[in-house]
Amino acid sequence: MESQTPMQFLNQAIEFEALADHAVPTYAACVDEAELLAFCDAAHAGGRRIVALWGSDERNREARLGFALHVAFDLAEGLACLTLPLSAEAPVFPDLCARFPAVNRMQRAVMDMIGARPASGDVRPWLRHANWPADYHPLRSDVPDTQHATQNEEYAFVRVEGDGVHEVPVGPIHAGIIEPGHFRFSVMGENVLRLEQRLGWKHKGIERRFAGMGLGEGVCLAGRVSGDSTVAYAWAYSQAAEAIGAVAPPPRALWLRALLLERERIVNHLGDLGYLGNDVALAFGLMQFMRLKEDWVRLNARLFGHRFMMDRIVPGGVTVDLDDAGAHAIFTQCEALESELRTLKNIYDEHAGLQDRFLTTGRVTPQLAKLLGVIGLAGRASAQHWDLRCNHACAPYDQLTPRIAIERNGDVAARAQVRFTEIKESLHLIRKILREIPVGEVRCEVRSEADKRGLGWIEGWRGDILVAVETGTDGKIRRCHCHDPSWQNWPALEHAVIDNIVPDFPLINKSFNLSYAGPDL
Amino acid sequence: MFPMLRQILRNGIVTEPAPDADIALRVTAQRLSEAMLAQLGRALVIRHVDAGSCNACELEIHALNNPYYNLEALGIKFAASPRHADMLLVTGPVAKNMEIAVKRAYDATPEPRLVVAVGDCGCTGGIFGESYASCGRVANVIPVDVCIPGCPPTPLQLMQGILAALAADRKQAEQE
Ligand code: SF4
Repeated sequence: MESQTPMQFLNQAIEFEALADHAVPTYAACVDEAELLAFCDAAHAGGRRIVALWGSDERNREARLGFALHVAFDLAEGLACLTLPLSAEAPVFPDLCARFPAVNRMQRAVMDMIGARPASGDVRPWLRHANWPADYHPLRSDVPDTQHATQNEEYAFVRVEGDGVHEVPVGPIHAGIIEPGHFRFSVMGENVLRLEQRLGWKHKGIERRFAGMGLGEGVCLAGRVSGDSTVAYAWAYSQAAEAIGAVAPPPRALWLRALLLERERIVNHLGDLGYLGNDVALAFGLMQFMRLKEDWVRLNARLFGHRFMMDRIVPGGVTVDLDDAGAHAIFTQCEALESELRTLKNIYDEHAGLQDRFLTTGRVTPQLAKLLGVIGLAGRASAQHWDLRCNHACAPYDQLTPRIAIERNGDVAARAQVRFTEIKESLHLIRKILREIPVGEVRCEVRSEADKRGLGWIEGWRGDILVAVETGTDGKIRRCHCHDPSWQNWPALEHAVIDNIVPDFPLINKSFNLSYAGPDL
Repeated sequence: MFPMLRQILRNGIVTEPAPDADIALRVTAQRLSEAMLAQLGRALVIRHVDAGSCNACELEIHALNNPYYNLEALGIKFAASPRHADMLLVTGPVAKNMEIAVKRAYDATPEPRLVVAVGDCGCTGGIFGESYASCGRVANVIPVDVCIPGCPPTPLQLMQGILAALAADRKQAEQE
């Protein structure tokens, strides 16, 4: 392989190495504390953002090493991953919340999992809920995978004081068919003064489970980090695995992946639009959209053998192909959905009761969204121009050239509108894929390589998903971190509900529809 | 109002016939009497509990209420509280962090409470298995009557399993 000239970004004197065989240009550098902080300042000043932050135990790689903190940035040039080595004895890293408040919970997760803690700021546990001891760090390579006694946690919620303020605790088990989480509302009358979330209930040890898996095996687990985004996770994981194996999947495979990803986006947007109608007592909307969603997943099952297309994307390509009859069926379905969508959109637009509940409810202004670092669908509804398919288009998006869906109001109505616009755009992309998909193979072999890292980065329907994989000396997975966009967006929900009435919370929550399983890992 | 009515009329009723119970999914002998089953069979209330799933099982449980499967037409509906429920429908491996909550939901459900474990995860622990953070299958935490495998099980499989919890055992049925 040709040697790469080192790169520098944001006028910082840090020399980055360009990582080969990545679908999106990806760079890595080892930094010290001062360099990391200076880079954060520069990235913040330049309007860039942190994609993910995670930790790793490096002691099983080399005896002289300790732990490491990894911070991935979205730069104009691509993905830049900074690694800060931490000592084995006292692993402490600087608190990055001042510049990027969204990393608060990620830092706390590093503390729980690896035992490296931020030097200052919030050090309450996040993924640990008193069900294992505070000094047990499950991602340390020298601790056994054992169960401990289950206990009730006393979590230090922030109290709101004052006359007439009371607390409403909700969850972990919610009143619908939803994932578990705990919401602590401080309310005055009907108005929400403050919401604090306590998540992590679904933590089931996924990252530890990855360790020791074969590179090919890991994709099934990645596809089950958040089941509603299984295609996006499987694709991001496969990109990482392909970077490690130094192979590029056949072009047809990439086009099929995009087809599956856009179909996944539509499935989820349809469901959300239905539930948003339901939350304002328009059961008609729920039934209509749920019918359309069912039609959509039934065709998935017929053509690809699984209603949600799980395990169809694998390192090296895809396990399914599409014939002319299948393509025709999709075409026909797209036409049908487009016309139904027009009808339903008109009904939603004209429905005074629905509009009254949607408009100005749960607002996140563009300024607030920028401050908090809101990304993905919710970010775009607050005028944040983050969409990997447009900003860092990997193949075939570089040829599909999707249009980004931007709204400025940041309310429930805006998040619904982004969904309508994105379904329309995805229908357009799907038809373009069907017309222009190249012929050829759909899968190639991927062989793992020892001591290598790969990063995959895909715009799922909620936002961008990052998967970082590192192999050990045996070529098996040493560390795999999956990052869900919900990490960034959950804190925005806490702000969105302020000054809204408690009964509007389900509607606001649904308009974000964030993942619990994804960040809980 | 008219566009809505037009849309409803244009699509008509799409509900499909319900499948039969799949008694093979039962993991325990039927505890309930014929008389009680007859009652429950016409008005069953389910409380769903996500004990740590990946959320795809939930997508399929949602689908049960879409117009194709129309579970409510069978007299089966979902409740917001375990205190109002006859059956717990539990998904996922039971995450360690959810263990207490799952046990409490079970304790809050009035007797005779039926428990249906959903998905490969609920049946066996699935891909997540048992670990420092996962108790594994639902039966490791609360008693289970019916196991519905699948990743995720389809809405039809879910219906077959839910109905199996309400069906008499084959032996019992044959004797009558
Ligand atoms: S059975 Fe499959 S779909 Fe259901 S929770 Fe487990 S991994 Fe997800």
